[in-house]
Amino acid sequence: MVPLFWRKIKYRYDVVGSYCEKCGSYYYPKRELCPKCRRKGKLRDERFPDEGRVLSYTIVNGKIIAMIGLNNGARTLAEVCAEKVEIGTRVKKVFRRYGEDGDEGIIYYGTKFVPVC
Amino acid sequence: MRVAVIGVGCTEFGELWEKSFRSIFLEAGVEALEDCGIEGREIGAIYVGNMSGGKFIDQEHIAALIADHAGLAEFGIPATRVENADASGGSAFRQAYMAVASGMHDIVIAAGVEKVTDSADPMGVLSTSVDQEWERFAGANLPALYAIIARLHMHEFGTTEEDLAKVAVKNHRNAVHNPKAQLRREIKVEDVLSSEVVADPLKVLDCAPLSDGAAAVILANENIAKKFCDTPVFVDACTQASDYLALQCRKDLLTMRAVLKASREAYRIAKLEPRQIDVAEVHDSFTIAEIMAYEDLGFVKKGEGAKLVREGETEIGGKIPVNPSGGLKACGHAVGATGIRQIVELVLQLRGEAGKRQVKAEKALALNIGGTGATAVVTVLSR
Repeated sequence: MVPLFWRKIKYRYDVVGSYCEKCGSYYYPKRELCPKCRRKGKLRDERFPDEGRVLSYTIVNGKIIAMIGLNNGARTLAEVCAEKVEIGTRVKKVFRRYGEDGDEGIIYYGTKFVPVC
Repeated sequence: MRVAVIGVGCTEFGELWEKSFRSIFLEAGVEALEDCGIEGREIGAIYVGNMSGGKFIDQEHIAALIADHAGLAEFGIPATRVENADASGGSAFRQAYMAVASGMHDIVIAAGVEKVTDSADPMGVLSTSVDQEWERFAGANLPALYAIIARLHMHEFGTTEEDLAKVAVKNHRNAVHNPKAQLRREIKVEDVLSSEVVADPLKVLDCAPLSDGAAAVILANENIAKKFCDTPVFVDACTQASDYLALQCRKDLLTMRAVLKASREAYRIAKLEPRQIDVAEVHDSFTIAEIMAYEDLGFVKKGEGAKLVREGETEIGGKIPVNPSGGLKACGHAVGATGIRQIVELVLQLRGEAGKRQVKAEKALALNIGGTGATAVVTVLSR
């Protein structure tokens, strides 16, 4: 599972997504083909905005998992570290631990969000 | 070439601890063959829907296993497994339909089978239908994603937790009259609301149980259908569509575009309007999914799904009865078998053999969904 995670590090840690220079669309996660322009599109990696707002959420296994609408219009699904959120809550990204493969395995880090005070 | 369903078979759905994967498949297959008096060697091909033999029972090469155990390897009949998460059954049906419609084969079996109770974590396996790298990683399983949809639906359209509960109550009531159903008992709205929260706002009784089960149907071209069956049920359309796998990539979180596309294409091919559908079996893996299905299938406008269940229009005896079998919610959700189980129910309904849950119907529709809606299969059947 290490390579599977390692390949995504840049995109998970910094919320790097794709921007299509041809049609101006933003995509997260990163794409290798723009669904609108297809072969005629020109995608490049772009660091996405640090802030967004909660579009919807659930509480599962004691954690708040939210659909976040980033300020450039792209969406990402992530955990929100907070006691409570609501639809519309403004959030910003933070670097956090997501889990690990047992005691000896690798630790998975990624982007979570916290409310903007 | 018109295609007819001439035979149907289905096991009981539930926790079938004493039965193996291969024996439940055989039970459904034999029932379907007996239903139309087919011996076996007449079969041109087998398509079997199965989501995850590999994860549930550590067995791949499912189709060969099935052909073998059903004695059909004896005749060398080609067998193929079709996988589209919990839309595997509907997708297998579509492959079988195309095999007959194209003239390639005269008689084809479409089946679905899943054995989930041999696995330690069935919901974990079912959740492999969502994007593992971006949705599961973030901590969301399948119920969590439907919960995110449900909360937004409630926020945008005023749908309530009581509305969701009413879907479960209706489907449980229907299942009481289905001898193959897993949860044959009535429940009340309060039972749903007070059941344990799985992924807020969805509770245990908003979720379909995961079940063992198998179902099989025999398809034949119309020229020979009457030879085997007095009451063939015709396939007027069988369509399929895809959408972005991860919820975050969808155009609209509250519209299943695959359902929209597949159903509109099915209506066009079958030359009918949504209001002409007399009965439907839809994919209520979660109660919110049934409400979304009302909307995306065009039974009501977007946002008004809850109204249908509030006003009892989808009850047996209502304007458009939905899930007379009990649906996934109460008949049970045997994952890859579900799409075929829906066809079995509708064939019984159209033949007038559905007993106490009988609906008066000429045209019937099945909607089978994979995961959170990245695959949808719509089938329109008629007498």
